[in-house]
Amino acid sequence: MSLSSRAGFVVAVFTLLALYPLVSGSFGIDLVTKTMIYAILALSLELLVGSTGLVCFGQAAFFGIGAYGAVLLAGQGDAASALWLLPACVAAAALYALAVGALSLRTRGVYFIMVTLAFAQMAYYVVHDTPLGGGTDGIYLNQAPQLAGLDLGRPLVMYGVTLVLLAAVFVFLALLLRSRFGRALAGIRVNEQRMRATGFSTYPYKLAAFTLSGGIAGLGGFLFAVKDGFVNPELMSWHLSGALLVMIILGGLGHLRGALIGAFAFALLQELFKSEAVWGPLARHWNLGLGLTIIATVALLPRGLVGLPQQWRDALLGRAPRGSAETAP
Amino acid sequence: MTRAADVLLSCSGLTRRWGGLVAVSDVSIAVQRGSVHAVIGTNGAGKSTLINMLSGELPPSAGRIELLGLDVTGWPQPRRARAGLGRSYQRNTIYPEFTVLENCRLAAQSRWQRPWAWWQRASACADSNAAAHEAAASVGLAEQLDIVAGALSHGRKRQLEIAMCLATAPDVLLLDEPLAGMGAEETDRMLDLLHHLKRGHGILLVEHDMDAVFRVADRITVMVNGSVLASGTPDEVRHNPQVQDAYLGGH
Repeated sequence: MSLSSRAGFVVAVFTLLALYPLVSGSFGIDLVTKTMIYAILALSLELLVGSTGLVCFGQAAFFGIGAYGAVLLAGQGDAASALWLLPACVAAAALYALAVGALSLRTRGVYFIMVTLAFAQMAYYVVHDTPLGGGTDGIYLNQAPQLAGLDLGRPLVMYGVTLVLLAAVFVFLALLLRSRFGRALAGIRVNEQRMRATGFSTYPYKLAAFTLSGGIAGLGGFLFAVKDGFVNPELMSWHLSGALLVMIILGGLGHLRGALIGAFAFALLQELFKSEAVWGPLARHWNLGLGLTIIATVALLPRGLVGLPQQWRDALLGRAPRGSAETAP
Repeated sequence: MTRAADVLLSCSGLTRRWGGLVAVSDVSIAVQRGSVHAVIGTNGAGKSTLINMLSGELPPSAGRIELLGLDVTGWPQPRRARAGLGRSYQRNTIYPEFTVLENCRLAAQSRWQRPWAWWQRASACADSNAAAHEAAASVGLAEQLDIVAGALSHGRKRQLEIAMCLATAPDVLLLDEPLAGMGAEETDRMLDLLHHLKRGHGILLVEHDMDAVFRVADRITVMVNGSVLASGTPDEVRHNPQVQDAYLGGH
């Protein structure tokens, strides 16, 4: 796709999201807010997996730290101001990512996957088994924070703030990936040996990307905690880390649009297979249908949903699929 | 011209042991500006281990490496690269999915990294673009700038790899079998290029193609079983009886 049609697609998506509350009820608002938060998480993971080639299986930990941070730092008093609470949650998640990254980036490949998973499970058990996180019951947010006079406890306000932050994260990452830093990450993904041979110290680059990704996931965690007014250890479970990986693979690796599309496709599929109206009593086994659909999608769409138009064009014209994916967002 | 001033890269007593096996033993080499220094030897003679120690990918067990008069023995590879040491690999190590221009530009970017400037487009970096165009032109790839590198012919990929080295403005080039897998015409083109490049650089060449080595090298070091068997001008090496016995087979 050309640059203008890519930009057109993204603008159309955000316009639709901005108009959605006009036609939706409260259930839809909550669902789309949640999905937009997942889209932020998927974008943060795309920065690592699709852009830098680092498969992180512990993204839920940074998300969870942002969420627990929002509840714990807000305290029991009056409504806190999001102006300091949000940066504090992002910083807490980024700090943990810095520590995890500093150690795990010394490993490669499947070891990296396992080490990031191990650090995420460590965070999980800290909130699960210590008084700090309130155990399995989780903790409630005393009062939703304020943002410049807006009450984030109101679902519509939350929807708007989440939409604006999702757009901000998207634009930030799109700019970042075409900057020198982003091109260096792309070089590391394609050929780290060559990057080092031409004079790039790749470790600090990877650590910076990892920390940034953790911070963005922490932003998602903050939004999630404020939206639900409640956190529990399941936010940090490896199921979420896995689901995020599925989202970006489903949407198409190597594209920010892929993370966006993947998050929404995943949410829609989940709602579809959970629907008792469609499946009746089988809806209890929604994981099965979702899993089979994802396997089929990955098998049939090697470039993800974002590559679908190109795949159709190739099929229509009888061309062999193009080997190299587009790298631009 | 004093000898010390134009030695760009040198090593002395360089040794690498893998447990009980000595892959490289007490090797000393000096690469001067304006010359091609070839290292030849059979498979397993330690040439690749030597070049990996010089480039910084492998720490030596003993010995000392100097680059432009600085002791770089303990420096990691990226730091040596920024200080003026470029290298190519035996297998192509390019970025196959980027264009030729972006391959060169990204290599040149190592001189102007500025990773914090996230709002600036990398492709608008005037310095790295200029260096990339110049490097691509100097190896004869000026017409192929917009081609995706993976689609180039094997010979052109090797040229591109040298262009990527040149884009970093190195003083010393370590070239690991740049002629491997090349046809006669591509070999000629590469030898012309080496001849042209040695004017401003010191080149250490590891190569199997003996005819090519004797055509282009100013000095030759012969390695056998990790040690230096002989070192000298092509004529001296050619007429060294030990070398004839051990390696050239009456070449």
